[in-house]
Amino acid sequence: METIIKTEDLSIAFGGHWAVSDVSIDIKRNIFTSVIGPNGAGKTTFFNLLSGQLSPTKGRVFYKGEDITKHSVIQRTRNGIGRSFQITNVFPNITVLENVRLAIQSREQVRFDLFRHFKSYRQFEEEAMNLLETVLLAEKAEIPAASLSHGEKRKLEIAMLLALNTEVLLLDEPTAGMSLEEVPAILNVIKNIKEQEDRTVVLIEHKMDMVLDLSDRMMVLFNGELLAEGTPEEIMANETVQAAYIGGDPNDSTTT
Amino acid sequence: MMKRLQTSTWVYLLIAFVLMLLPFVKDDRWFLFLMIQIFVFAIFAMSYDLLLGYTGIVSFGHAMFFGIGAYSVAVTMSRLDSTFSSFLLGVVVAVIISGIVAFLAGVLTLKLKSHYYAMLTLALAGMFLYIAERWRSVTGGNDGFTFRIPELPGVLQDHRNVVIYLFTLLSMVLLFFGMKRLTESPLGRVLVGIRENDQRVESLGFRIMPYKVLISVVSGVIAALAGVLYAVSLRFVNTQVFDIEVTLDALLMTIIGGVGTLVGPILGSAIMNLSHHFLSDLASVHWIFQRWVILFGIIFILVVIFFPNGIVGTIQKKMHERKMKQRVKQVEKQSAKN
Ligand SMILES: Nc1ncnc2c1ncn2[C@@H]1O[C@H](COP(=O)(O)OP(=O)(O)OP(=O)(O)O)[C@@H](O)[C@H]1O
Ligand SMILES: [Mg+2]
Repeated sequence: METIIKTEDLSIAFGGHWAVSDVSIDIKRNIFTSVIGPNGAGKTTFFNLLSGQLSPTKGRVFYKGEDITKHSVIQRTRNGIGRSFQITNVFPNITVLENVRLAIQSREQVRFDLFRHFKSYRQFEEEAMNLLETVLLAEKAEIPAASLSHGEKRKLEIAMLLALNTEVLLLDEPTAGMSLEEVPAILNVIKNIKEQEDRTVVLIEHKMDMVLDLSDRMMVLFNGELLAEGTPEEIMANETVQAAYIGGDPNDSTTT
Repeated sequence: MMKRLQTSTWVYLLIAFVLMLLPFVKDDRWFLFLMIQIFVFAIFAMSYDLLLGYTGIVSFGHAMFFGIGAYSVAVTMSRLDSTFSSFLLGVVVAVIISGIVAFLAGVLTLKLKSHYYAMLTLALAGMFLYIAERWRSVTGGNDGFTFRIPELPGVLQDHRNVVIYLFTLLSMVLLFFGMKRLTESPLGRVLVGIRENDQRVESLGFRIMPYKVLISVVSGVIAALAGVLYAVSLRFVNTQVFDIEVTLDALLMTIIGGVGTLVGPILGSAIMNLSHHFLSDLASVHWIFQRWVILFGIIFILVVIFFPNGIVGTIQKKMHERKMKQRVKQVEKQSAKN
């Protein structure tokens, strides 16, 4: 199978602390990979390196065979790496609908049109509304994003990511902070993406049980290092993983 | 097919129409002059709000563009003859110089943290003030100079102030609708995104630099046009146009009226100019009315505390809240029926 994202000795240090250290991994196209690991393991930092928010101290990132280590966030997004953020990262004082609409506008490359009214691109708004329905946020379309609850903001993040329609979706703890009733619906959205089998999904999750049956592959980060990589079965059977992560606190099912 | 205009557009056009009739009812010199000031500073404050309210860029040197506009047209018209073509030439010079300065200021600093733009514009404005003071042969130094504007044909010459009033009003209306379209365009929506969260705009795949530079140029050029109108309406220019107080006026008008709206700066300009005019008359009652900076300092603080969204912003918010409440009620009714 074809590799879409590859990292080589990917490492980053903050001060003297290696938040991600020597992570080398191959992510295959149209495969669902979960990244698990305890708090502070370096999962989000690893995403920041893939999507370009941070540049590595050492190592390289490849996308479709091309070295993109030096590419900006913008270039990577335009080339097909989209991401959602764990710490909510939306446009607070504009409406929920407009948040999603902006993402669609970017995807459609409507960048410097300054003479037409933005509503003349009606289909953008319709599509944004559909996406909000998908993530169960349609009634909130007209309120400013700042007044959403934490869980709702996570849904908005997902809608914005879906709007970009990128080949690679990096999801950072998409269900964290949602109420328990909402989680299945959102997992369903993610499951649907997976079933279409035309996207590469990398999903960070804190709770291992939640992603076991969703994932094709799993990677375990611990103290910035890649502890193990394999199928869910392999990960479950892996003793190091058991000892370091699952064994550490078997009842740990809190999310941050 | 005729496109239906927004209701608000009709309201704006109606107000413009009423304003157009005003000088035919009341054509006192002081009154026309006061209204012209309101229009000029409304244009200037709107251009400032493109930066501050729509894109989140703070400028401390916006007066520089105002001054460039004022001096460009004044110098051109006093050097050449006072004809319409030299007026037009003056406008072109104003647009070119302000555009170049705004472009350079933008390119040099907008990649950096936001306060660099504020500092650089402040420094540049100081530099332009210095040049205007020192380059006496052209600018007449501190005292400035008067210049003549072209004679108007026939009876119009007798009502020159009314003509200038209408011309400034027309400019304001056209620029208002132009800026309104800009802010409601897809590009304008990206600007708002930049104001809200510039990093997120990048992670959606927009490069933010071109937007910031572009709006810096648009805003600078429009501010220069306000300066042109200012000089022409006074037939006089001096170094005060470069004063930091001019920038502060724009800031106050924008904040009092409503940041992130275009009607706000117009309203802010009206409030500031009207109160400046009428409060100064009260100077004989109490000295505080002469210290109008103090007064506005106080008003400013009160506005920021009680109406952080400005007048227009507060009204918009109230209206939106009412609309949302109604919608919630509708939804509740619907679900009660089912
Ligand atoms: N910008 C930064 N500057 C300094 N230290 C950082 C920065 N970002 C992350 N870190 C540190 O790097 C380590 C890894 O953080 P990271 O956010 O990647 O963990 P995580 O696996 O995503 O944890 P969580 O499950 O809590 O989200 C932590 O010790 C964190 O304090
Ligand atoms: Mg994290």
